[in-house]
Amino acid sequence: MQPLRQQGAATEDFSRLLDRVHEISRDVVMASARDVDRDARFPSEGIGALKELKLLSAYVPSELGGMGLDVVQIAKICEVLGQYDGSVAMIYAMHQIQVACLVHHGLGSSDLRTYLQQLVQQQRLIASATTEVGTGGDLRSSVCAIDIREGRFQLVKKAPVISYGAHADDIMATCRRSVDAPASDQVMVLARKDSYTLEPISGWDTLGFRGTCSSGFVLTASGSAEQVLAIPFAEILSQTMHPYSHIVWGSLWLGIATDAVNHARGFVREEARRNPSIPPTSSLRLAEVSSVLQGMRNNIAVAVTDYRRMLADGQHDVFSGFGFAIRTNNLKLASSTLIVDIVSRALLICGISGYRNDSRFSLCRHLRDAYGAALMVNNDRIMNHNATMLLTQREG
Amino acid sequence: MYADKVRDILTQHGRLSSPVDQLQDTSDLYNAGLTSLATVGLMLALEDQFNIEFPDNMLSRKTFASIEFIVDAVQKLVDK
Repeated sequence: MQPLRQQGAATEDFSRLLDRVHEISRDVVMASARDVDRDARFPSEGIGALKELKLLSAYVPSELGGMGLDVVQIAKICEVLGQYDGSVAMIYAMHQIQVACLVHHGLGSSDLRTYLQQLVQQQRLIASATTEVGTGGDLRSSVCAIDIREGRFQLVKKAPVISYGAHADDIMATCRRSVDAPASDQVMVLARKDSYTLEPISGWDTLGFRGTCSSGFVLTASGSAEQVLAIPFAEILSQTMHPYSHIVWGSLWLGIATDAVNHARGFVREEARRNPSIPPTSSLRLAEVSSVLQGMRNNIAVAVTDYRRMLADGQHDVFSGFGFAIRTNNLKLASSTLIVDIVSRALLICGISGYRNDSRFSLCRHLRDAYGAALMVNNDRIMNHNATMLLTQREG
Repeated sequence: MYADKVRDILTQHGRLSSPVDQLQDTSDLYNAGLTSLATVGLMLALEDQFNIEFPDNMLSRKTFASIEFIVDAVQKLVDK
Protein backbone atom coordinates (compact mmCIF):
# COMPACT_ATOMS: atom_id res chain seq x y z
CA MET A 1 0.00 0.00 0.00
CA GLN A 2 1.32 3.45 -0.84
CA PRO A 3 1.57 5.92 2.02
CA LEU A 4 -1.83 7.49 2.29
CA ARG A 5 -1.94 11.01 3.53
CA GLN A 6 -5.61 11.87 3.29
CA GLN A 7 -5.93 15.62 3.16
CA GLY A 8 -8.86 15.56 5.53
CA ALA A 9 -11.38 18.38 5.54
CA ALA A 10 -10.23 21.65 7.11
CA THR A 11 -11.30 22.02 10.73
CA GLU A 12 -13.95 24.67 10.04
CA ASP A 13 -15.47 22.82 7.10
CA PHE A 14 -15.56 19.62 9.09
CA SER A 15 -17.13 21.36 12.03
CA ARG A 16 -19.89 22.63 9.75
CA LEU A 17 -20.31 19.13 8.32
CA LEU A 18 -20.68 17.68 11.81
CA ASP A 19 -23.35 20.28 12.58
CA ARG A 20 -25.23 19.09 9.50
CA VAL A 21 -24.86 15.47 10.64
CA HIS A 22 -26.34 16.38 14.03
CA GLU A 23 -29.14 18.24 12.25
CA ILE A 24 -30.20 15.38 9.99
CA SER A 25 -29.75 12.95 12.86
CA ARG A 26 -32.19 14.93 15.01
CA ASP A 27 -34.66 15.56 12.16
CA VAL A 28 -34.56 12.29 10.28
CA VAL A 29 -32.52 9.54 11.94
CA MET A 30 -33.92 9.93 15.44
CA ALA A 31 -37.47 10.35 14.15
CA SER A 32 -37.47 6.86 12.62
CA ALA A 33 -35.19 5.12 15.14
CA ARG A 34 -37.98 3.53 17.19
CA ASP A 35 -39.81 2.20 14.12
CA VAL A 36 -36.59 0.85 12.65
CA ASP A 37 -35.79 -0.90 15.92
CA ARG A 38 -39.30 -2.21 16.59
CA ASP A 39 -39.76 -3.61 13.10
CA ALA A 40 -36.12 -4.58 12.51
CA ARG A 41 -36.40 -2.75 9.21
CA PHE A 42 -33.79 -0.99 7.12
CA PRO A 43 -33.47 2.70 8.09
CA SER A 44 -34.01 4.01 4.57
CA GLU A 45 -34.86 7.51 5.80
CA GLY A 46 -31.63 7.87 7.74
CA ILE A 47 -29.43 6.37 5.03
CA GLY A 48 -31.23 8.57 2.50
CA ALA A 49 -30.33 11.64 4.55
CA LEU A 50 -26.67 10.52 4.67
CA LYS A 51 -26.69 10.15 0.89
CA GLU A 52 -28.05 13.67 0.50
CA LEU A 53 -25.04 14.93 2.43
CA LYS A 54 -22.81 12.80 0.15
CA LEU A 55 -21.51 11.06 3.24
CA LEU A 56 -21.24 7.63 1.61
CA SER A 57 -18.28 8.97 -0.40
CA ALA A 58 -16.74 10.87 2.50
CA TYR A 59 -13.56 8.75 2.47
CA VAL A 60 -13.14 8.75 -1.31
CA PRO A 61 -10.19 11.01 -2.26
CA SER A 62 -11.14 14.41 -3.65
CA GLU A 63 -9.47 13.73 -7.01
CA LEU A 64 -12.17 11.08 -7.56
CA GLY A 65 -14.91 13.47 -6.43
CA GLY A 66 -15.17 12.39 -2.80
CA MET A 67 -14.81 14.50 0.32
CA GLY A 68 -11.34 13.14 1.06
CA LEU A 69 -11.96 13.03 4.81
CA ASP A 70 -9.40 11.19 6.90
CA VAL A 71 -10.00 8.25 9.22
CA VAL A 72 -10.17 10.48 12.33
CA GLN A 73 -13.02 12.43 10.73
CA ILE A 74 -14.84 9.32 9.51
CA ALA A 75 -14.62 7.90 13.05
CA LYS A 76 -16.09 11.12 14.42
CA ILE A 77 -19.07 10.89 12.07
CA CYS A 78 -19.66 7.30 13.22
CA GLU A 79 -19.57 8.50 16.82
CA VAL A 80 -22.10 11.25 16.18
CA LEU A 81 -24.47 8.89 14.35
CA GLY A 82 -24.10 6.42 17.22
CA GLN A 83 -25.55 9.04 19.54
CA TYR A 84 -28.83 8.90 17.63
CA ASP A 85 -29.26 5.39 16.23
CA GLY A 86 -26.87 2.47 16.60
CA SER A 87 -28.20 0.72 13.50
CA VAL A 88 -27.77 3.71 11.19
CA ALA A 89 -24.29 4.25 12.61
CA MET A 90 -23.42 0.58 12.16
CA ILE A 91 -24.59 0.51 8.53
CA TYR A 92 -22.57 3.67 7.84
CA ALA A 93 -19.51 2.27 9.61
CA MET A 94 -19.63 -1.05 7.77
CA HIS A 95 -19.98 0.72 4.44
CA GLN A 96 -16.95 2.89 5.29
CA ILE A 97 -14.84 -0.21 5.94
CA GLN A 98 -15.51 -1.44 2.41
CA VAL A 99 -14.80 1.99 0.93
CA ALA A 100 -11.53 2.08 2.86
CA CYS A 101 -10.49 -1.29 1.39
CA LEU A 102 -11.05 0.12 -2.09
CA VAL A 103 -9.33 3.43 -1.34
CA HIS A 104 -6.31 1.81 0.33
CA HIS A 105 -5.86 -1.13 -2.04
CA GLY A 106 -7.87 -0.54 -5.22
CA LEU A 107 -6.62 2.75 -6.61
CA GLY A 108 -4.10 0.90 -8.78
CA SER A 109 -6.97 -0.41 -10.92
CA SER A 110 -8.60 1.97 -13.37
CA ASP A 111 -11.84 -0.06 -13.20
CA LEU A 112 -12.01 0.34 -9.44
CA ARG A 113 -11.17 4.06 -9.68
CA THR A 114 -14.09 4.43 -12.09
CA TYR A 115 -16.26 2.49 -9.67
CA LEU A 116 -15.36 4.90 -6.87
CA GLN A 117 -16.36 7.82 -9.08
CA GLN A 118 -19.73 6.12 -9.61
CA LEU A 119 -20.01 5.59 -5.88
CA VAL A 120 -19.62 9.33 -5.41
CA GLN A 121 -22.14 10.27 -8.11
CA GLN A 122 -24.75 7.69 -7.16
CA GLN A 123 -23.97 7.40 -3.43
CA ARG A 124 -23.75 3.61 -3.78
CA LEU A 125 -24.00 1.58 -0.56
CA ILE A 126 -21.57 -1.34 -0.21
CA ALA A 127 -22.21 -4.40 1.99
CA SER A 128 -19.73 -7.08 3.05
CA ALA A 129 -19.79 -10.87 2.87
CA THR A 130 -16.74 -11.99 4.86
CA THR A 131 -18.05 -14.69 7.16
CA GLU A 132 -19.09 -17.99 5.65
CA VAL A 133 -21.17 -21.02 6.58
CA GLY A 134 -18.60 -23.61 7.70
CA THR A 135 -15.86 -21.26 8.88
CA GLY A 136 -17.66 -19.42 11.66
CA GLY A 137 -16.17 -16.03 12.51
CA ASP A 138 -12.73 -16.95 11.13
CA LEU A 139 -12.21 -14.26 8.49
CA ARG A 140 -8.91 -15.76 7.36
CA SER A 141 -10.44 -18.93 6.06
CA SER A 142 -12.74 -19.44 3.08
CA VAL A 143 -14.49 -22.47 1.69
CA CYS A 144 -15.86 -20.88 -1.48
CA ALA A 145 -13.50 -20.04 -4.31
CA ILE A 146 -13.56 -17.66 -7.20
CA ASP A 147 -13.56 -19.18 -10.67
CA ILE A 148 -11.99 -16.96 -13.33
CA ARG A 149 -12.30 -17.77 -17.02
CA GLU A 150 -11.65 -15.47 -19.97
CA GLY A 151 -11.58 -12.37 -17.82
CA ARG A 152 -14.87 -13.10 -16.00
CA PHE A 153 -15.32 -14.37 -12.42
CA GLN A 154 -18.01 -16.56 -10.88
CA LEU A 155 -18.58 -16.96 -7.16
CA VAL A 156 -21.14 -18.68 -4.98
CA LYS A 157 -20.87 -17.93 -1.26
CA LYS A 158 -23.08 -19.04 1.63
CA ALA A 159 -22.91 -16.11 4.02
CA PRO A 160 -24.56 -16.47 7.44
CA VAL A 161 -24.75 -12.66 7.75
CA ILE A 162 -24.58 -9.92 5.18
CA SER A 163 -25.54 -6.74 7.01
CA TYR A 164 -28.09 -4.72 4.98
CA GLY A 165 -27.35 -7.16 2.14
CA ALA A 166 -30.81 -6.86 0.64
CA HIS A 167 -30.54 -3.06 0.60
CA ALA A 168 -27.01 -2.60 -0.66
CA ASP A 169 -26.02 -1.55 -4.15
CA ASP A 170 -22.87 -3.66 -4.22
CA ILE A 171 -21.29 -6.37 -2.09
CA MET A 172 -17.63 -7.10 -1.41
CA ALA A 173 -16.93 -10.75 -0.67
CA THR A 174 -13.90 -12.77 0.37
CA CYS A 175 -13.12 -16.18 -1.11
CA ARG A 176 -10.24 -18.49 -2.00
CA ARG A 177 -8.09 -17.26 -4.87
CA SER A 178 -8.90 -20.29 -7.02
CA VAL A 179 -10.48 -23.73 -6.80
CA ASP A 180 -7.07 -25.23 -5.86
CA ALA A 181 -6.03 -22.57 -3.37
CA PRO A 182 -5.70 -23.35 0.35
CA ALA A 183 -8.34 -21.96 2.71
CA SER A 184 -6.17 -19.05 3.83
CA ASP A 185 -5.13 -17.94 0.34
CA GLN A 186 -7.89 -15.39 -0.11
CA VAL A 187 -8.87 -12.52 -2.35
CA MET A 188 -11.58 -9.88 -2.11
CA VAL A 189 -14.00 -9.18 -4.97
CA LEU A 190 -16.48 -6.41 -5.65
CA ALA A 191 -19.83 -7.76 -6.86
CA ARG A 192 -22.21 -5.33 -8.56
CA LYS A 193 -25.95 -5.43 -7.92
CA ASP A 194 -26.89 -5.97 -11.56
CA SER A 195 -24.80 -9.16 -11.64
CA TYR A 196 -25.50 -10.89 -8.33
CA THR A 197 -28.47 -12.60 -6.75
CA LEU A 198 -29.19 -13.13 -3.07
CA GLU A 199 -31.12 -16.14 -1.86
CA PRO A 200 -32.21 -15.65 1.77
CA ILE A 201 -31.15 -18.42 4.16
CA SER A 202 -31.77 -16.81 7.55
CA GLY A 203 -33.42 -13.73 8.98
CA TRP A 204 -32.39 -11.10 11.52
CA ASP A 205 -34.58 -10.85 14.61
CA THR A 206 -32.15 -9.93 17.35
CA LEU A 207 -31.82 -8.17 20.68
CA GLY A 208 -30.10 -5.15 19.21
CA PHE A 209 -28.78 -3.51 16.04
CA ARG A 210 -32.08 -4.64 14.63
CA GLY A 211 -32.05 -2.13 11.78
CA THR A 212 -28.86 -3.54 10.30
CA CYS A 213 -30.94 -6.31 8.69
CA SER A 214 -28.03 -8.72 8.86
CA SER A 215 -29.75 -11.67 7.25
CA GLY A 216 -27.95 -14.65 5.79
CA PHE A 217 -27.87 -15.22 2.03
CA VAL A 218 -26.41 -17.37 -0.68
CA LEU A 219 -24.61 -14.85 -2.86
CA THR A 220 -24.25 -15.85 -6.51
CA ALA A 221 -22.15 -13.31 -8.37
CA SER A 222 -20.31 -12.82 -11.60
CA GLY A 223 -18.43 -9.97 -13.20
CA SER A 224 -15.20 -8.76 -14.69
CA ALA A 225 -11.96 -10.17 -13.27
CA GLU A 226 -10.95 -6.50 -12.83
CA GLN A 227 -13.34 -6.45 -9.89
CA VAL A 228 -11.07 -8.82 -7.96
CA LEU A 229 -8.65 -6.77 -5.89
CA ALA A 230 -5.04 -7.54 -6.80
CA ILE A 231 -3.75 -7.28 -3.23
CA PRO A 232 -4.10 -10.52 -1.20
CA PHE A 233 -6.92 -10.34 1.32
CA ALA A 234 -4.46 -11.16 4.13
CA GLU A 235 -2.82 -7.78 3.52
CA ILE A 236 -6.10 -5.94 3.06
CA LEU A 237 -7.24 -7.38 6.38
CA SER A 238 -4.15 -6.52 8.41
CA GLN A 239 -3.61 -3.08 6.87
CA THR A 240 -7.20 -1.93 6.53
CA MET A 241 -10.20 -4.09 7.36
CA HIS A 242 -9.07 -5.14 10.84
CA PRO A 243 -7.96 -1.74 12.21
CA TYR A 244 -10.60 0.26 10.34
CA SER A 245 -13.41 -1.99 11.59
CA HIS A 246 -12.47 -1.76 15.22
CA ILE A 247 -11.93 2.00 14.95
CA VAL A 248 -15.33 2.76 13.39
CA TRP A 249 -17.20 0.24 15.53
CA GLY A 250 -15.47 1.51 18.68
CA SER A 251 -16.43 5.04 17.66
CA LEU A 252 -20.10 4.30 17.13
CA TRP A 253 -20.21 2.35 20.40
CA LEU A 254 -18.66 5.43 22.02
CA GLY A 255 -21.50 7.46 20.51
CA ILE A 256 -24.10 5.15 22.03
CA ALA A 257 -22.33 5.32 25.40
CA THR A 258 -22.07 9.13 25.16
CA ASP A 259 -25.78 9.49 24.50
CA ALA A 260 -26.53 7.23 27.44
CA VAL A 261 -24.41 9.42 29.72
CA ASN A 262 -26.13 12.52 28.26
CA HIS A 263 -29.46 10.99 29.27
CA ALA A 264 -28.07 10.30 32.73
CA ARG A 265 -26.78 13.85 33.05
CA GLY A 266 -30.18 15.25 32.05
CA PHE A 267 -31.88 13.06 34.61
CA VAL A 268 -29.51 14.03 37.42
CA ARG A 269 -29.89 17.71 36.57
CA GLU A 270 -33.67 17.44 36.86
CA GLU A 271 -33.34 15.74 40.22
CA ALA A 272 -30.86 18.39 41.38
CA ARG A 273 -33.22 21.22 40.36
CA ARG A 274 -35.89 19.79 42.62
CA ASN A 275 -33.52 20.09 45.61
CA PRO A 276 -30.84 22.59 44.65
CA SER A 277 -28.95 22.56 47.97
CA ILE A 278 -28.76 18.75 48.31
CA PRO A 279 -26.88 16.98 45.49
CA PRO A 280 -28.79 13.82 44.54
CA THR A 281 -27.11 10.44 45.18
CA SER A 282 -27.16 9.85 41.47
CA SER A 283 -24.72 12.73 40.94
CA LEU A 284 -21.98 10.59 42.48
CA ARG A 285 -22.83 7.81 40.03
CA LEU A 286 -22.68 10.37 37.23
CA ALA A 287 -19.19 11.34 38.37
CA GLU A 288 -18.14 7.69 38.22
CA VAL A 289 -19.51 7.02 34.76
CA SER A 290 -18.00 10.26 33.44
CA SER A 291 -14.58 8.86 34.28
CA VAL A 292 -15.28 5.51 32.62
CA LEU A 293 -16.57 7.27 29.49
CA GLN A 294 -13.42 9.37 29.30
CA GLY A 295 -11.33 6.21 29.41
CA MET A 296 -13.30 4.69 26.55
CA ARG A 297 -13.02 7.90 24.54
CA ASN A 298 -9.29 8.35 25.05
CA ASN A 299 -8.49 4.72 24.22
CA ILE A 300 -10.23 5.09 20.87
CA ALA A 301 -8.75 8.53 20.15
CA VAL A 302 -5.18 7.23 20.52
CA ALA A 303 -5.88 4.26 18.27
CA VAL A 304 -7.42 6.42 15.54
CA THR A 305 -4.68 9.04 15.47
CA ASP A 306 -2.00 6.31 15.58
CA TYR A 307 -3.64 4.59 12.62
CA ARG A 308 -3.83 7.82 10.63
CA ARG A 309 -0.13 8.36 11.25
CA MET A 310 0.71 4.78 10.26
CA LEU A 311 -1.25 5.20 7.02
CA ALA A 312 0.71 8.36 6.24
CA ASP A 313 4.04 6.65 7.03
CA GLY A 314 3.11 3.66 4.89
CA GLN A 315 5.39 1.18 6.68
CA HIS A 316 4.10 -2.26 5.74
CA ASP A 317 6.08 -4.06 8.43
CA VAL A 318 4.23 -2.43 11.28
CA PHE A 319 0.85 -3.39 9.83
CA SER A 320 1.76 -7.05 9.49
CA GLY A 321 3.37 -7.30 12.92
CA PHE A 322 1.61 -9.02 15.78
CA GLY A 323 2.04 -5.96 18.02
CA PHE A 324 -0.33 -3.89 15.91
CA ALA A 325 -2.86 -6.71 15.66
CA ILE A 326 -2.79 -7.20 19.43
CA ARG A 327 -3.35 -3.47 20.08
CA THR A 328 -6.20 -3.38 17.57
CA ASN A 329 -7.83 -6.38 19.23
CA ASN A 330 -7.36 -4.80 22.65
CA LEU A 331 -9.21 -1.73 21.42
CA LYS A 332 -12.17 -3.90 20.44
CA LEU A 333 -12.12 -5.87 23.68
CA ALA A 334 -12.08 -2.72 25.79
CA SER A 335 -14.67 -0.75 23.78
CA SER A 336 -17.16 -3.61 23.63
CA THR A 337 -16.88 -4.21 27.36
CA LEU A 338 -16.98 -0.54 28.35
CA ILE A 339 -20.10 0.23 26.31
CA VAL A 340 -22.12 -2.26 28.36
CA ASP A 341 -20.62 -0.97 31.59
CA ILE A 342 -21.34 2.67 30.74
CA VAL A 343 -24.91 2.15 29.50
CA SER A 344 -25.67 -0.03 32.55
CA ARG A 345 -24.43 2.69 34.89
CA ALA A 346 -26.52 5.27 33.04
CA LEU A 347 -29.53 2.98 33.42
CA LEU A 348 -29.02 2.78 37.17
CA ILE A 349 -28.86 6.58 37.31
CA CYS A 350 -32.03 7.06 35.24
CA GLY A 351 -33.85 4.32 37.08
CA ILE A 352 -37.35 3.40 35.97
CA SER A 353 -37.36 6.29 33.49
CA GLY A 354 -34.39 4.71 31.76
CA TYR A 355 -36.02 1.28 31.93
CA ARG A 356 -39.19 2.44 30.17
CA ASN A 357 -39.36 2.23 26.39
CA ASP A 358 -41.56 5.29 26.15
CA SER A 359 -39.83 7.86 28.34
CA ARG A 360 -37.51 10.59 27.13
CA PHE A 361 -34.75 9.09 29.30
CA SER A 362 -35.25 5.62 27.80
CA LEU A 363 -32.03 3.60 27.56
CA CYS A 364 -33.60 0.37 26.34
CA ARG A 365 -32.34 0.45 22.79
CA HIS A 366 -28.94 1.69 23.94
CA LEU A 367 -28.57 -1.30 26.25
CA ARG A 368 -29.82 -3.83 23.70
CA ASP A 369 -27.47 -2.48 21.04
CA ALA A 370 -24.61 -2.35 23.55
CA TYR A 371 -24.71 -6.12 24.13
CA GLY A 372 -24.06 -6.74 20.44
CA ALA A 373 -20.60 -5.22 20.61
CA ALA A 374 -18.93 -8.17 22.36
CA LEU A 375 -20.41 -10.61 19.86
CA MET A 376 -19.42 -9.12 16.54
CA VAL A 377 -16.67 -10.94 16.35
CA ASN A 378 -16.99 -12.86 19.62
CA ASN A 379 -14.57 -11.47 22.20
CA ASP A 380 -13.49 -14.98 23.18
CA ARG A 381 -12.26 -15.66 19.65
CA ILE A 382 -10.36 -12.38 19.71
CA MET A 383 -8.93 -13.09 23.14
CA ASN A 384 -7.64 -16.46 21.91
CA HIS A 385 -5.93 -14.81 18.95
CA ASN A 386 -4.23 -12.35 21.29
CA ALA A 387 -3.23 -15.19 23.60
CA THR A 388 -1.44 -16.90 20.69
CA MET A 389 0.19 -13.76 19.37
CA LEU A 390 1.39 -12.62 22.78
CA LEU A 391 3.65 -15.67 22.90
CA THR A 392 5.85 -13.91 20.35
CA GLN A 393 6.02 -10.53 22.04
CA ARG A 394 8.92 -9.45 24.24
CA GLU A 395 8.50 -6.50 26.59
CA GLY A 396 5.85 -3.95 25.57
CA MET B 1 21.52 -30.46 8.27
CA TYR B 2 18.88 -28.21 9.78
CA ALA B 3 16.56 -28.58 6.81
CA ASP B 4 15.39 -32.06 7.82
CA LYS B 5 14.53 -31.02 11.37
CA VAL B 6 12.82 -27.88 10.07
CA ARG B 7 10.77 -30.02 7.68
CA ASP B 8 9.76 -32.30 10.58
CA ILE B 9 8.65 -29.34 12.63
CA LEU B 10 6.73 -27.93 9.67
CA THR B 11 4.93 -31.23 9.29
CA GLN B 12 3.97 -31.31 12.97
CA HIS B 13 3.16 -27.64 13.52
CA GLY B 14 2.83 -25.88 10.18
CA ARG B 15 -0.76 -26.96 9.45
CA LEU B 16 -0.01 -26.71 5.74
CA SER B 17 -2.42 -27.82 3.06
CA SER B 18 0.25 -29.65 1.06
CA PRO B 19 2.50 -32.45 2.39
CA VAL B 20 5.89 -31.00 3.35
CA ASP B 21 7.85 -33.54 1.27
CA GLN B 22 6.19 -32.10 -1.85
CA LEU B 23 7.60 -28.66 -1.10
CA GLN B 24 10.93 -27.34 -2.36
CA ASP B 25 13.25 -25.48 -0.01
CA THR B 26 12.29 -22.31 -1.85
CA SER B 27 8.53 -22.91 -2.08
CA ASP B 28 6.37 -20.12 -0.68
CA LEU B 29 4.94 -21.54 2.55
CA TYR B 30 2.14 -18.99 2.72
CA ASN B 31 0.90 -20.24 -0.64
CA ALA B 32 1.02 -23.73 0.86
CA GLY B 33 -1.44 -22.70 3.56
CA LEU B 34 0.78 -21.27 6.30
CA THR B 35 -1.10 -18.65 8.31
CA SER B 36 0.44 -15.98 10.53
CA LEU B 37 -1.11 -17.57 13.61
CA ALA B 38 0.48 -20.92 12.71
CA THR B 39 3.91 -19.23 12.61
CA VAL B 40 3.61 -18.79 16.37
CA GLY B 41 3.52 -22.55 16.93
CA LEU B 42 6.34 -22.97 14.42
CA MET B 43 8.46 -20.41 16.21
CA LEU B 44 7.92 -22.04 19.59
CA ALA B 45 8.76 -25.50 18.25
CA LEU B 46 11.92 -24.22 16.54
CA GLU B 47 13.02 -22.42 19.71
CA ASP B 48 12.46 -25.61 21.69
CA GLN B 49 14.18 -27.91 19.18
CA PHE B 50 17.28 -25.78 18.60
CA ASN B 51 17.45 -24.09 21.99
CA ILE B 52 17.33 -20.64 20.46
CA GLU B 53 15.29 -17.50 20.96
CA PHE B 54 13.93 -15.46 18.08
CA PRO B 55 14.53 -11.75 18.68
CA ASP B 56 11.82 -9.25 17.65
CA ASN B 57 13.69 -8.10 14.56
CA MET B 58 13.70 -11.64 13.19
CA LEU B 59 9.98 -12.19 13.70
CA SER B 60 8.62 -10.86 10.45
CA ARG B 61 6.46 -12.56 7.87
CA LYS B 62 9.56 -13.05 5.71
CA THR B 63 11.34 -15.24 8.27
CA PHE B 64 8.88 -18.06 7.69
CA ALA B 65 8.26 -17.52 3.99
CA SER B 66 10.17 -20.65 2.90
CA ILE B 67 12.09 -23.61 4.35
CA GLU B 68 15.28 -21.94 3.11
CA PHE B 69 14.54 -18.74 5.03
CA ILE B 70 13.70 -20.67 8.20
CA VAL B 71 16.93 -22.66 7.96
CA ASP B 72 18.88 -19.39 7.47
CA ALA B 73 17.29 -17.91 10.56
CA VAL B 74 17.95 -21.00 12.66
CA GLN B 75 21.57 -21.09 11.43
CA LYS B 76 22.08 -17.47 12.44
CA LEU B 77 20.67 -18.03 15.90
CA VAL B 78 22.49 -21.29 16.61
CA ASP B 79 25.82 -19.72 15.57
CA LYS B 80 25.35 -16.78 18.01
